[in-house]
Amino acid sequence: MIGVSHLSVTLGGRVVLHDVSLEMAPGEMVALCGPNGAGKSTLLRALAGLLPEIGPPEPCRVAWLPQGARSAWGLTVEQVATLGRIPHRDQAVAPVTRALQLCGIEALRCARVDRISGGEARRAMLARTFATEPEVFLLDEPTADLDPAASHEIMRLLRTTADAGRMVVIVLHALDLALRYADRVVVMADGRVTADLPAEQALPAAAAAFGLPFGTDPAARLLPPC
Amino acid sequence: MTLWLALLLAILAALSLLIGDATLALPDGLIFWQLRVPRMLLGLLVGGGLGLSGAVLQGALRNPLADPGLLGITGTAGLGAVIAFYWGLGVAFPPALLVGGLLGAGVGSAFLLGFAGRAPSGPSLILAGVAVSAIAAALLALALTMAPNPFALAEITFWLMGGLADRPLWQVALAAPAILLGGAILVSLGRGLDALSLGEETARSLGVPVARTLRLAAVGTAFAAGAGAAVAGSIGFVGLVVPHLLRPWFGERPGALLPAAPLAGAALLLAADMLVRIAPLVLPLSAAPPVGVLTALLGAPFLVAVARRGAP
Repeated sequence: MIGVSHLSVTLGGRVVLHDVSLEMAPGEMVALCGPNGAGKSTLLRALAGLLPEIGPPEPCRVAWLPQGARSAWGLTVEQVATLGRIPHRDQAVAPVTRALQLCGIEALRCARVDRISGGEARRAMLARTFATEPEVFLLDEPTADLDPAASHEIMRLLRTTADAGRMVVIVLHALDLALRYADRVVVMADGRVTADLPAEQALPAAAAAFGLPFGTDPAARLLPPC
Repeated sequence: MTLWLALLLAILAALSLLIGDATLALPDGLIFWQLRVPRMLLGLLVGGGLGLSGAVLQGALRNPLADPGLLGITGTAGLGAVIAFYWGLGVAFPPALLVGGLLGAGVGSAFLLGFAGRAPSGPSLILAGVAVSAIAAALLALALTMAPNPFALAEITFWLMGGLADRPLWQVALAAPAILLGGAILVSLGRGLDALSLGEETARSLGVPVARTLRLAAVGTAFAAGAGAAVAGSIGFVGLVVPHLLRPWFGERPGALLPAAPLAGAALLLAADMLVRIAPLVLPLSAAPPVGVLTALLGAPFLVAVARRGAP
């Protein structure tokens, strides 16, 4: 289990989270949606134990991927993934290789992360969380730099991961992906949880949080892979 | 690769015993034991301490321009020695200079950690280092203007330029434990530095105690580079250049540089010190220049070249 109850967070005099509660169970995949500045990333940090109010982190059990993660040095993809073994204080090769395979970047094993595309680097950062083999994945925009096909591929991987009994929490702006793959969608606005619904019922609340109309659009669009 | 570096260092160390101030002959026993052996050992220790602290600081601060001088510890070490000099303590009690330098390094690192706050981060540590350097430089200038006579002023200035010459064996022996202790602290930080390459928050989520790692990096540098500066004055650019020299060979993972960095720092300083000693033979110089002059003269353009090549 992982969660927070009645959590309020103030950063620099601004209330970022206001009385937020969230509980989740193994096997569940939860998407956090909401406009910019709604407090999604802060909630993810709180779940990761990185805020002074809550903590300390549980590195072996919980893996956290921040938004826009990048490496200060030109590490290789494999070295980045191996950083995921730091909580276990080993450099085990098998989990690292498995993580690289899962994230589809085994071919780039020896490439430097600062010399590959943004999407490939994002996969390398994701592979780092898989190498930890955690119970809980906390992922901030894991599909941010990925093309549409790759986004579906990664979302499927996360779905399978949740189905295998792990907990997956993702911050996601791509609502269609959230509604398709997640079990639950938590909608946030202004530091509050405005809705916590099964994915198939979440669209009206999400639309309201963004202030967007919703309805049936008969225009042609990309379909997810079958 | 590390083995080759160790071999190169051994060759340089042996060579440095053969090269004297403006002579190339094997000296008699007295000069050999009283001058050349301490000079070689001091080069090994000071260069190793500088190389290792440079590699650790660049990793800890995620900044390819970090070097031991950035934290101001070498400055306060110099200040401590100069104060000892100024009060004439060095004449009455020879170890005073070195003890003053060590005390300066200690006080400097106390101020550094104080300024950096309870939970230091990279930027707060750099800011604290800039503050400590500025205070040390100001007090140093003050001490120089209050120098008792021109002779003392000249001697202080020459000492500050940094060099390995004419340091007796007991000074080396006094500095060695501090440098080795600092080195031991710094070498143990590899895993934390690796995690820090993804940023301080990610490192914390990986279970790395970030504030403690940064504090240990600062304290280790105070010992490894500060004690060196207390004996040999401030020798610039070795700590800055060594990690850049190693990255093409060892990769960019910060922890991977740590075993090689002290070897490369020692090799670089010994080589520079030999060049300085040969210089009067080939150039119209009346005496060997301080080795700090040479490391800066060669290090600066080299750094620009390396940094340009590494840029995307």
